[in-house]
Amino acid sequence: MAHGTLGDERLAASDPAAGVRDEDYLWTLNFGPQHPATHTTLRLLLKLDGERVVDAVPDIGYLHSGFEKIGEKLDFNQYVTVTDRMNYISPMANNVAWHHAVEKLLGIEITPRCVYVRTIIAELARISDHLLSNGAVGLDVGAFTFFLYAFYQREVIYDIFETLCGARFTNSYTRTGGVMHDMTPMVIEKIRNFVRTFPKTLDDMERLLNRNRIFVDRTKGVGVLTKEEAINRSCTGPVARASGVTRDVRKDDPYLAYADLDFKVCCATEGDCFARYLVRMAEMRESLRLVEQAVENLPSGPVDVGMDERIALPTKEQVYNSIEGTIAHFELVMSNRGFETPEEEIYAAIEAPNGELGFYLVGDGSAVAYRARCRPPSYIHFAVFPHLIRGHTLSDVVAVLGSLNIIAAELDR
Amino acid sequence: MSGTNLVDQLKAKFPDQVTGADLEAIDPWIAVRPEGLVDVCRFLKEDDQLRFDMLSCITCVDYFEPDEKKAAKVPWDPHLEVVYHLWSVPNKVSLVLKVMLPRWKDDTEGELPEVPSVAGVWRTADWHEREVYDLSGVRFTGHPDHKRILCPEDWVGHPLRKDYELPLEYHGIRGR
Repeated sequence: MAHGTLGDERLAASDPAAGVRDEDYLWTLNFGPQHPATHTTLRLLLKLDGERVVDAVPDIGYLHSGFEKIGEKLDFNQYVTVTDRMNYISPMANNVAWHHAVEKLLGIEITPRCVYVRTIIAELARISDHLLSNGAVGLDVGAFTFFLYAFYQREVIYDIFETLCGARFTNSYTRTGGVMHDMTPMVIEKIRNFVRTFPKTLDDMERLLNRNRIFVDRTKGVGVLTKEEAINRSCTGPVARASGVTRDVRKDDPYLAYADLDFKVCCATEGDCFARYLVRMAEMRESLRLVEQAVENLPSGPVDVGMDERIALPTKEQVYNSIEGTIAHFELVMSNRGFETPEEEIYAAIEAPNGELGFYLVGDGSAVAYRARCRPPSYIHFAVFPHLIRGHTLSDVVAVLGSLNIIAAELDR
Repeated sequence: MSGTNLVDQLKAKFPDQVTGADLEAIDPWIAVRPEGLVDVCRFLKEDDQLRFDMLSCITCVDYFEPDEKKAAKVPWDPHLEVVYHLWSVPNKVSLVLKVMLPRWKDDTEGELPEVPSVAGVWRTADWHEREVYDLSGVRFTGHPDHKRILCPEDWVGHPLRKDYELPLEYHGIRGR
């Protein structure tokens, strides 16, 4: 993050070969940090030749809020509220990722019902994320109607989440060894209803854009990422799959219920903005299939691990009616007791909507992580941005930014 | 390929560079000397069998002197660990590489320890290394664009060091 520098010298410093040439006709444009198409706060220093982008230097850190430092102070259940605020357009997926890592560190096996509940919410989060990111691409290149269709369906998913846990936006739904509340019949009914009605909207959305001349012209062949570059630059998620990398953590290293469920990994080979859009559209259909299968096969039984493991809070009935329940409750909520972690370090990743979202945790015996590192997909994808935009026009900046789905809160943490 | 085989293969190829390994841990890891890091990484990436072509993450952990209450339980001496998480897309396996460093170069406080940059092996390492330098204070020699990334350029200190203290004020903004 620059303070008081205009940017020219930074551009020159970043690319010595370009800096020595006396190219007076090139001019520098500050794109952001406040710009409608950046959606949040990120800044690009663009070096322009007329309307053509010669070079771009991302300048990030405007939203840096020390999430990893906070992770060294808050315990495993408290930190889930912070993960909500990383990729805030799919907070449920972050919650699942965080507790997936925590449970790997603690060596906890969650109950079958919890596995399915988490799978359902992670896939709903993927749909809501893809709706927003594709909707925003549409919005930025001028397809406003598409954005409204997408946002209406996001609202339906918000409703489901509200019925599920009381919060619409920052859910903090998962807990170590379980979830906040079990799924009620009402939630299941709402999800079934969504599964029934959503394909029609998806058809409408595809009809709106897939053959839309303006949209296709604005996105096809723009921001091409080859397969080799995608791997070398460590892209994951829809961005990598649109370039032909068949990497999907759900298949490569199955977690939750993905090994039991039937779904396809959606890929394309072109690697341009249009391919990324198509991959996201196709993934929403696959996610919907996953949600449907998981809801119909939802196992019965408890959603939290048993009281004897001293990990999840016991139910109120157990607390009031048995001495073991009372003791377990007190031991968990007292700040100097909590649960113990092994002195180990783990890296665990899930396939978040945006790509591989991993957490690296170091345990030192206490209930607080010694180090809580996050591998944010936005951070890695934004580093690719200058490579994608070179040679394109200024108006393509918004198309490429939108198709990478850069969320500044996750980018800067 | 099992972990033991891989460690033996690395030890045969780079006899002086592999300093340790823990294959019993939840995520097994191999430690290498900073001097040999780039060669080992290039070998891991380009070998026909191994093909660790994706670098998932670079992290630095600051193992600091523990406070008195924990001192009896904590087994480490103060040091830094730079941790590399690799993934092989064709083989679908992961690998953890570690580099152990002193907290300060030559034990002079303020002098950052040095590791060679692997940005020439995996392009993605560029921003990861900048972040590690910015937040944890490790200098990456040979890095193409070595400067802070998340904190402002004139920020003092490296926030993820365990002995870091927030500055009293920054450009007129109260820190603590």
